[in-house]
Amino acid sequence: MAELTYRDAVARGIAQEMTRDPDVVFLGEDVGKAGGVFKATVGLYEQFGPLRVRDTPISEQAILGAAMGAAMTGLKPIAEIMFSDFFAVCFDYIANEFAKSRYMSNGQLKCPLVVRTGNGAGSRFGAQHSQSVENWCMMIPGLKVVAPSNPRDVIGLMAAAVRDPDPVIFFEHKSLYPTKGEVPDGEIVDRLGSAAIARPGKDATILALALMVPRALLAAERLKAEHGIDCEVVDVRSLVPLDTQTILGSVARTHRLFTVEENPRLCGWGAEIVSIVADEAFYDLDGPPVRITTPHIPLPAADILEDIALPTVDRIVERVRRSMQS
Amino acid sequence: MAKIEDRATRSKVAASGLNDDIGEEMRLRLFRSQFLLRQAEQRAFDLFLQNLVKGTSHLSLGQEAVAAGFACAMKPGDLSFCTYRGHAHTLARGVPVEKVLGELMQRDNGLMRGKGGSMHLTSAEHGVMGSYAIIGAHLPIACGAAWRAQYKGQKDVSVCFFGDGTTNIGAFHEALNFAVVWKLPVIFVCENNLYMEYTPIGDVTSVKHPAADRAAAYGLERILIDGNDADAVYRAAMAAYEKARAGGGPSLVECLTYRHSGHSRADPAKYRPEGELEKWKERDPIKIYRERLKQFGIAQSAITAIETEVQGIVDAATEACKAAPMPPLDILTTDVYADGGFAWRN
Repeated sequence: MAELTYRDAVARGIAQEMTRDPDVVFLGEDVGKAGGVFKATVGLYEQFGPLRVRDTPISEQAILGAAMGAAMTGLKPIAEIMFSDFFAVCFDYIANEFAKSRYMSNGQLKCPLVVRTGNGAGSRFGAQHSQSVENWCMMIPGLKVVAPSNPRDVIGLMAAAVRDPDPVIFFEHKSLYPTKGEVPDGEIVDRLGSAAIARPGKDATILALALMVPRALLAAERLKAEHGIDCEVVDVRSLVPLDTQTILGSVARTHRLFTVEENPRLCGWGAEIVSIVADEAFYDLDGPPVRITTPHIPLPAADILEDIALPTVDRIVERVRRSMQS
Repeated sequence: MAKIEDRATRSKVAASGLNDDIGEEMRLRLFRSQFLLRQAEQRAFDLFLQNLVKGTSHLSLGQEAVAAGFACAMKPGDLSFCTYRGHAHTLARGVPVEKVLGELMQRDNGLMRGKGGSMHLTSAEHGVMGSYAIIGAHLPIACGAAWRAQYKGQKDVSVCFFGDGTTNIGAFHEALNFAVVWKLPVIFVCENNLYMEYTPIGDVTSVKHPAADRAAAYGLERILIDGNDADAVYRAAMAAYEKARAGGGPSLVECLTYRHSGHSRADPAKYRPEGELEKWKERDPIKIYRERLKQFGIAQSAITAIETEVQGIVDAATEACKAAPMPPLDILTTDVYADGGFAWRN
């Protein structure tokens, strides 16, 4: 067991898979010699060499297209798109190409690849370098979508993503890179499609993803200490496949549902989950499900504005308390 | 045909067919391939008029020499990446006519059992790694396949066919730069048929020859060939394959050609100036090649035998497709994910 940052966990997760399988290759802008703009891939170039860790031009379409062509023909590429906002310039590959080629070819083609990307706010980078865009990908048939919240999950889900036969979009949260967590020694391999109960509780279920998980945990501590409300926090981890059993099971125990989402409100991942709960667990609920999200706005650059845009611990506490005590 | 201005290309075109470097066996293959593509595409058009080909279709009538010339220069294991105008390139790799017509007719015997359609013909076992309907998307994908060959030390080459309109989209430029920088074994083949969709390519392009005139920007040789002469295509293809296999990196080949039909089934091509089609039909690649075979002393009976054989294949394929069942409804949800299904939740 060692304490590791989320950032270092990315490099360790990739290294674990590259060591295991020579078909795993890694490409992206500034990922090699520079070690990544977020320093999440430091050491990989030195360890695996320039044939397996490849710096690319600023050509997002070429990066994802090349990853797809390599995956179709026998490699297992990990491609980095530096900021998830840049998905917008290579979205054809995500939405039209590697997501659909298996289906369109009636199973003849496969695309076992991972696209990892820096997602989310907190760096004061403004509207084009701060978005949470996991819902852009969640809605596309053929993709799998994960977003780890801690260093251990980074390694385990990275391994699961690389070993998965389908294309996986791997959202790393930029504001989590410096955070630390305990990580076991040796190989870590997790499972896609499994949520985790990050904190058990009996009064309400709070679903959260990535950066919202530590915030939900802090809010749960305060709700318990200050208001006597015992919340269960579920780290959703994997949007596709979605672990509805863990979610429905938690709602069946607590009878209340809250989602904490960094994405802007419309069509956020929580909307789909609330709809599933309404369909399948309506009579388990003792009150209306509540979504706590960023408003329907582009993100501002100024720190005081960005801070109030995202769900904060205060907002989560207040919203849950108000709903539970009404 | 469009005037070819540079001397090197003119001399190549002029010399085309006068050399006996290709040989009778390959010439007969080139003819058979072109004739088969013509017959199959014509049949697809006829079946469309009978409402048996559904959806859309983009024919390569008039452009057969490019598909045949490149396919005949390939080795088994070489990979093709095609566009939505991909019937000819798919057939040229030896994919059975029945499989292609079946897909166009959305039958269960189709290449993808009706799940892909005309614009997405794929036959991995023949090296046809998909037909892509988003302009330019497959150029980077072909780069990726070539990267795999380079990384694994495999000798196959990836070829990517696209139209003149593709040269104005970003992915074209990203792929060319990428392929040159990584020195990938990939060949980019621009079929310049003079029209984007409905608009003449010259009206919307900064240079006269949309691919060839951009080659220098990527440090590549300017290659502009007569795309209606299968010998010229075959020679250019062989040179590009040789270069790629020797580790010399990518090539960009612009083939001047002309489509005899409209952009898609919905297009009667009324935007073409009067007489243009007729002029190009005088340079019909199949007409040119029949004459070429005679020039090289190949007997008319040998040519007729090929034509009869091919017509028989296309007729038999047509009948087989008409008799084939529609796909079963349960394939609607198969092969979304690798487990064979479409489950997104537990």
